[in-house]
Amino acid sequence: MSAVTEPATGPQTGSSTSDLIARLREQENRPALVGYLPVGYPTVDRSIEALKTLVDHGADIIELGIPYTDPVLDGPVIQAAAQAALDAGARVRDVFRVLRELTDYAPHVPVLVMTYWNLVLKYGPDAFARDLAEAGGAGLITPDLVPDEGADWLAASEAHGLDRVFLVAPSSTADRLRLTVQATRGFVYAASLMGVTGERSEVGSRAEQLVADTRAAGAANVCVGLGISTGAQAAETGRFADGVIVGSALVRPLLSDGPLTDDEWAARLTNLAEVTEDLAAGVRSARANALTDDTSDAAPAGATISGEAP
Amino acid sequence: MTDVKLSDVSGPYFGQYGGRFVPEALISALDELDTEFRKAAEDPEFAAELQRLHREYTGRPSPLTEVPRFAAHAGDARVFLKREDLNHTGSHKINNVLGQALLVKRMGKKRLIAETGAGQHGVATATAAALMDLECVVYMGEEDTRRQALNVARMRLLGAEVVPVKIGSRTLKDAINEALRDWVANVETTHYLLGTVTGPHPFPEMVRQFHRIIGEEAREQILERAGRLPDVVAACVGGGSNALGIFNAFLDDKDVDLCGFEAGGEGIESGRHAARFSGGALGVLHGARSYLLQDDDGQTLPSHSVSAGLDYPSVGPAHAWLHDLGRATYEPVTDDEAMEAFRLLCRTEGIIPAIESAHALAGAMRVGKAAAAQGRTGPDGEPLLILVNLSGRGDKDVATAARWFGLLDQGVASEELERQEGRG
Ligand SMILES: Cc1ncc(COP(=O)(O)O)c(C=O)c1O
Repeated sequence: MSAVTEPATGPQTGSSTSDLIARLREQENRPALVGYLPVGYPTVDRSIEALKTLVDHGADIIELGIPYTDPVLDGPVIQAAAQAALDAGARVRDVFRVLRELTDYAPHVPVLVMTYWNLVLKYGPDAFARDLAEAGGAGLITPDLVPDEGADWLAASEAHGLDRVFLVAPSSTADRLRLTVQATRGFVYAASLMGVTGERSEVGSRAEQLVADTRAAGAANVCVGLGISTGAQAAETGRFADGVIVGSALVRPLLSDGPLTDDEWAARLTNLAEVTEDLAAGVRSARANALTDDTSDAAPAGATISGEAP
Repeated sequence: MTDVKLSDVSGPYFGQYGGRFVPEALISALDELDTEFRKAAEDPEFAAELQRLHREYTGRPSPLTEVPRFAAHAGDARVFLKREDLNHTGSHKINNVLGQALLVKRMGKKRLIAETGAGQHGVATATAAALMDLECVVYMGEEDTRRQALNVARMRLLGAEVVPVKIGSRTLKDAINEALRDWVANVETTHYLLGTVTGPHPFPEMVRQFHRIIGEEAREQILERAGRLPDVVAACVGGGSNALGIFNAFLDDKDVDLCGFEAGGEGIESGRHAARFSGGALGVLHGARSYLLQDDDGQTLPSHSVSAGLDYPSVGPAHAWLHDLGRATYEPVTDDEAMEAFRLLCRTEGIIPAIESAHALAGAMRVGKAAAAQGRTGPDGEPLLILVNLSGRGDKDVATAARWFGLLDQGVASEELERQEGRG
């Protein structure tokens, strides 16, 4: 294993996402919990309630997905939610309303929008960046846009001061890692395994090496996603990652075949809150009681399981 | 700078089209494929092996057939068919499949995945997998597994696993989504044998290279038979591989009109079609920037065609580029027009075409009639010379045609046909 050297680039200034990750690392010695939910599932209003639930129960950063007809990097759970959201009439512009409500509700929580590229291309990359920034969004996660194809997005995100979260995978070469890290702002999204989103019983065995390699390529912040679904997995991953990204495991409690009554929906939210708390406890215990070769910082007192956010 | 001939333009971009809009996880495999493809292109042994397979396995060169009785319905033109329908497995798809399968052997991968619409590409891939002892999984939209049930059975006979895709529109586009998801997970051991000139670089360029033999043969054959180049080359355009394959040899002959025919389905105004150049706009799907059927939000619109093989909302980036350059034209042909041309070729020439190819035949009839109406001829008053790429044979389409023309006696219609009719 290559030694984890000092990041070649420090945390970028002006990114609320990297500022938050740095603060959690320095003050709480823990990784961030990044929680994903799609806009408009099951309806736009209920998706806002679900997102607030995530925030209330311990998510540090929100990843807001825009439903898309052809989500090639998503597994069955997120596909189903995206399709249902589209069937229920979700529109791309809904993301800005949801962003506004969410950032008004929780100004301290960075919200990144996760979207397939054609939706931004159609809207116009600069117009999209402008409206995203105006609604309080922190930036974009782009699963099917590599920096090589991203000239428009690089320019638009620069102009509007937005994060650019690109992905790296276990198959990425050292050259690709360098190129991606250089284009990134906020954090690098490291895919824990080769595959699409979805819950898995084990965290990918190549995640730790990928995080080390991505740091060696100059990344200040590397968050790990794909397949993480439990608090225990979040703890295991959070030992070496700056953030733990969870999607399908948060969407699953909300899935249903048909419309839900208010009571049924409330029960789903309770369920979502429990899953979120389990994950939040996971990231808080990641370095507190795990054996780690990163011996510099002792865990601050009280950093163990105390999942409930205010 | 040297002038690059249109026929030799290489990826990743064709004008503003093409590129690699895919997850990072796939980039290293695409790079590896690109490198291997370029090495193979320089390697005489690779060329010799592919040539041997073309000759001894596929049955190339495919014949050129003049069809005067059919041509009587296409103005006063002379019409020649490039008979890709006579290739082993029944379509042009085998050209690309054998080329890629040889590359796969060089790369040492043991598993092939493919998408298929009409089933012809799936059958060709399953065939190559059997021939070269590779594992094969074919993704096919559930709707297509029903309308092309015969090809599902053929693939299974050949040892392939056929996975019906039950999400989205359940057609070719969704089969490609599933194939891409499989590839992301298994890219280190698996090759995605993409069946047309779409997708991320290097597929559009590579698949064109494996199909350029169609045009090269046809050019030589028609020069020999007619003594001159054709005035018009017609082909159907799904993703665009058979069209690019035949167009390519004529791209730099400015006097040859290149006419692509897309699926007009139930008509452009109906919204139920796959005419990307009439109803589409710049967009990204499945790794490439091209023309795309999409709504105001950029969501992919479902396409429609009586032919599964043309039922795709985007089109190869090289066609988008040729369209914008004005070097080729693209027009929709409706289901009705295609089926009429289908019937006509059966009756006049004893050739049952694939319904995809029938779109090219209908296009040729349209071009021939329009020329006759305008008094347009070939040089020196010779008849207009139209070369049509007959991309495949129609065995797979017999059930659809029987239903379309009401050819089944009451009671003979199988349950399967009745079910399909119920959906229709
Ligand atoms: C016989 C035949 N022709 C044409 C097509 C369309 O593909 P392309 O446009 O790539 O030639 C297909 C696709 O399945 C086919 O089977």
